[in-house]
Amino acid sequence: MSDLQELYQSIILDHNRRPKNYGSLDHATSSAEGRNPLCGDEVRVELSVTGDAIDDVRFTASGCAVSRASASIMTQAVKGKSREEVEQIFVRFHDLVTGKFVPGEGDARTLGEMAAFSGVSRFPIRVKCASMPWHTLLSALRSAEAAP
Amino acid sequence: MTVSRRADFPLLVANPELHYLDSAATSQKPKAVLDAMRAYYEHDNANPHRGAYDLSVRATQRYHDARTRVARFIGLADADCLIFTRGTTEALNLVATAWGHANVQAGDEIVVTGLEHHANFVPWQQVARARGAALRVCPLTEDQRVDLDALRGLVGSRTRVVAFSHVSNAVGTVNPVNDIAQIARSVGALVVVDGAQAVPHMRVGFDALDVDFYAFSGHKMCGPMGIGGLAGRRAILETMSPYQFGGDMIEFVRDDYSTWNVLPHKFEAGTPNVADAVGLAAACDYLDGIGMDAVLSHERALVRLLSSRLAEVEGVHVFGPQPEQRSGVVSFTVADIHPHDLATILDKDGVCIRAGHHCAQPLMRRLGVPATARASFYVYSEERDVDALVRAIERARAIFASPQLVE
Repeated sequence: MSDLQELYQSIILDHNRRPKNYGSLDHATSSAEGRNPLCGDEVRVELSVTGDAIDDVRFTASGCAVSRASASIMTQAVKGKSREEVEQIFVRFHDLVTGKFVPGEGDARTLGEMAAFSGVSRFPIRVKCASMPWHTLLSALRSAEAAP
Repeated sequence: MTVSRRADFPLLVANPELHYLDSAATSQKPKAVLDAMRAYYEHDNANPHRGAYDLSVRATQRYHDARTRVARFIGLADADCLIFTRGTTEALNLVATAWGHANVQAGDEIVVTGLEHHANFVPWQQVARARGAALRVCPLTEDQRVDLDALRGLVGSRTRVVAFSHVSNAVGTVNPVNDIAQIARSVGALVVVDGAQAVPHMRVGFDALDVDFYAFSGHKMCGPMGIGGLAGRRAILETMSPYQFGGDMIEFVRDDYSTWNVLPHKFEAGTPNVADAVGLAAACDYLDGIGMDAVLSHERALVRLLSSRLAEVEGVHVFGPQPEQRSGVVSFTVADIHPHDLATILDKDGVCIRAGHHCAQPLMRRLGVPATARASFYVYSEERDVDALVRAIERARAIFASPQLVE
């Protein structure tokens, strides 16, 4: 697979075209907006948090295929997860897109669709596109923590 | 189409497969400019205006000659009214700071246009905020030209400044400088022009323009990064206070006050950037050797070629006016492909374009897009660069049209 084919896998293109959990969330308990000032990409993540867990999450975004697909797959990966689990998934994802974690055959099942982002590490300037939705999610999660 | 000058540019010669289409961001440098800078450091380098020794006198003379040469290039007879700056951004900040903060009062208005680069937008926005003035943004026509009728309605007795770009960096519109200036003059406003995208591509005659300040950058016109200039009217420059203080710009320093050096030194605090000035003067020689009319017609031929080729690609939308009212910039979008994804895919074919908001977020909002892709030409651009770009766009469309859907 060429670098480009690996970056623009059909999973990423499909999530870009038809993102999951797209739109605003009724009864959101917290939200955050992320921007990449370099390119003007914007993402908004809305959460419904009960106790320690993310009950529901939705997003809206204006940006490239990598950032939209990342947001879409992220919402699937974190729904129903605890804060601690979300942090763990994020670290794993971040290591994946920065090339610190090179998945082996045994990792495919646990990574799920996130594995599609392994090609991003070959494009250093695109790492921010993939990670921005996650930073926005964590920011929303922190503001949920701060809320009474 | 006139002959490309690719052979004059060492970086392009060393990378024969590279299709450099981002000259509106910065130009490549011809060997003549690199040689001139190297020769300065090898033969004439010293701190100018200071030493009583021959070498420093030579450095001073080289700096002086560079100023005279660059002034001539932009049609400015009074070379002492050319202030060397780091580039257009610093030149515009100089005007906004040194003139704007001293002259704009509460209740006044500053007019910019919807086309502006942040460098000719934010400094004025900040002057307005600091002084309690209002910033007015002149609307554009549907093909992204300044709407002159709207501008006539926008200016008034409180308008102190009208600041606009000669050529838009984002969509390439060439603005009618004197028509806009005339409207500004009718209400007595200061006229400030961002010429960063004009001076590299067309003949500019400052003295023939009815404007007060004109800013430009060296690195977009075959010169080095880190040098540019501000041309201004002597009568206005002399009334302005310096905005940076230090060596070179002073006359006498007492314990409790100082007096200022004459123009242009009053606005050039610190050791001047002689080598880059020498490089910029060499760039002027280089461009005059080609002829600025030939530069513009070469670029327009490529713009026409690319525009007609893009018209055949489904889903491509090109912004800006007709090629005759445009510099060597083609700003476009491809349906369902974000410009960043496009730029990444093009890069794999050695095609360098800019994707993003082009430091013109107010314009992007008016276009209703988050970003565009921009290809920009210069003297070394060739038809095969256009071919490579169009081929790569088709490749990107093929990648994004791939039908496999994952459920």
